[in-house]
Amino acid sequence: MSGPSTYQPQHPALKWLEARLPIIGLVHSSFIVFPNPRNLNYFWTFGGILAFMLVAQIATGVVLAMHYTAHVTLAFNSVEGIMRDVNSGWMLRYLHANGASMFFIAVYIHIFRGLYYGSYKSPREVLWILGMIIFLLMMATGFMGYVLPWGQMSFWGATVITNLFGAIPLVGGSIVTWLWGGFSVDNPTLNRFFALHYLLPFMIAGVVVLHIWALHIPGSNNPTGVSVKDKQDTLPFHPYFTVKDLLGIVVFLIVYSYFVFYMPNYMGHADNYIEANPLVTPAHIVPEWYFLPFYAILRSIPDKLAGVIAMFGAIAVLFVVPWLDTSKVRSANFRPLYRQFFWIWAVVAVGLGYIGAMPPEGGYLIAGRILTVYYFAHFLIILPLLGLFEKPKPLPASITESVLGHGGAAVTAGAPSAPQTK
Amino acid sequence: MAHSAAAQPTRRDFLYIATGAVGAVGLAATVWPFINQMNPDASALALASSEVDISSLKEGESVTVKWRGKPVVVRNRTAKEIADAKAAPLSDLKDPVARNANLPDDAPATDANRAATGKENWFVMVNVCTHLGCIPLGQEGEYNGWFCPCHGSVYDTAGRIRKGPAPENMAIPVYSFMTDTKIKIG
Repeated sequence: MSGPSTYQPQHPALKWLEARLPIIGLVHSSFIVFPNPRNLNYFWTFGGILAFMLVAQIATGVVLAMHYTAHVTLAFNSVEGIMRDVNSGWMLRYLHANGASMFFIAVYIHIFRGLYYGSYKSPREVLWILGMIIFLLMMATGFMGYVLPWGQMSFWGATVITNLFGAIPLVGGSIVTWLWGGFSVDNPTLNRFFALHYLLPFMIAGVVVLHIWALHIPGSNNPTGVSVKDKQDTLPFHPYFTVKDLLGIVVFLIVYSYFVFYMPNYMGHADNYIEANPLVTPAHIVPEWYFLPFYAILRSIPDKLAGVIAMFGAIAVLFVVPWLDTSKVRSANFRPLYRQFFWIWAVVAVGLGYIGAMPPEGGYLIAGRILTVYYFAHFLIILPLLGLFEKPKPLPASITESVLGHGGAAVTAGAPSAPQTK
Repeated sequence: MAHSAAAQPTRRDFLYIATGAVGAVGLAATVWPFINQMNPDASALALASSEVDISSLKEGESVTVKWRGKPVVVRNRTAKEIADAKAAPLSDLKDPVARNANLPDDAPATDANRAATGKENWFVMVNVCTHLGCIPLGQEGEYNGWFCPCHGSVYDTAGRIRKGPAPENMAIPVYSFMTDTKIKIG
């Protein structure tokens, strides 16, 4: 994905294959010799962590599907069967359920990283939009996966979220009936959610290929936001970044394993261990934690259609961030004002998540409204104006200079970049 | 083969457009079953009606039955509930339409248009919040009607939305009294 390959097969069999399908050359140029900025910090390992989590979710998901039954009378018990009877079933299910949460933790850090360092700016707009499409697909997949155990939260989460589409004028009711395949969430709904939950991860994998393709045209952004100017600014992907990514993955796996083995239900809801009952709504229904900020925005607005528009708008606005941000400087490290506003926004986003978990009354409702207004103001007012008024700090002349300081940099840089000069 | 660019639409242009149009119609006709299969199937449509015996319901008691997968509440309202519902001026209502499937679409949301015709103590309603589909709790909330625990919608004793994010009054299904003590819903 990065121009003609430098891969020169030696073995006759590999030469034969490369002349017919240059797949080893593609891997070689994309993941072995691919030049990455030498100053990437650990926030850049989350791309690799996310790729690992997608594979982990597909692997655990496929084996869970071998034991799960998508029928309203059997689904709940088949999940209990996985927990009690299937060999290692409890572990596979906890890996999958907590894996979804860990996947979202990683993707949120990945998105925040992109917003902080301006990774969405030219020439990476398409890369950013593809990432947002992956985020949407992840949300759809996570939502439908949560419905499958057919507990009370599954059922009522499905009811509330599908009813969102009922807010669409004129055709809303027909769309909801079409989504349900009936007049309420029922067996047809569960069945199709299972089919789609199985399908969507492979669609995510497809968009991930496009995401990496789009990444490998300009190459990675970096903490300075300064573009790569020559070979000295880069290091080959292997071994420098394969090893760095692997360390990130190992540390991430430790956190993931802690949840799986010591607090596997911490991020779930006790109500979901009660079988779905279409006649009783739980007293306090909340979505999975990763939807809470958007849920808070939905509830902040006392009108059904406007609430739904605001909730989807909170995601839609992220798609156009590359054009809302008018600053030429990418990295917040060199944008003294944006840096502060970024952190205010980050606190607001997390604050909305907290509000989303609280009952929609009194002070929580007022706080939710203030935070919702700020969330949109950040993107629609602050971001465009900052680029016009802010005076950025002086940028380093190159990535190498930022790493090694002025003068003599080129000479000392010879050693670490040696592997790619041969 | 030497056609000039300025020539009239040719026989070939016509064939391109005609072929494309037939192809588009064929594609749409092929895609439609893939979309329509998700609509309610024959067995879901067949579950059209439920019968309820209300002979044992005393004043102030309700029974909930499942109709098309949704809870339908049948309530023998108290005199106070009826009086409260009647006392509410129409101008106070968020949704001024009765939402009663037995009446014209534009019938006003008076208590008479919400309750059973001629039997104002009997009240039949799809007990599903018009906001996002939760089941509101009966005899709760500020108006002592229904209160939705999910997002805080408040309904009065005639199931009309008074406060909160729900846009409409709760729906009244099609129903009829088969006898004085038996109701057929649907």
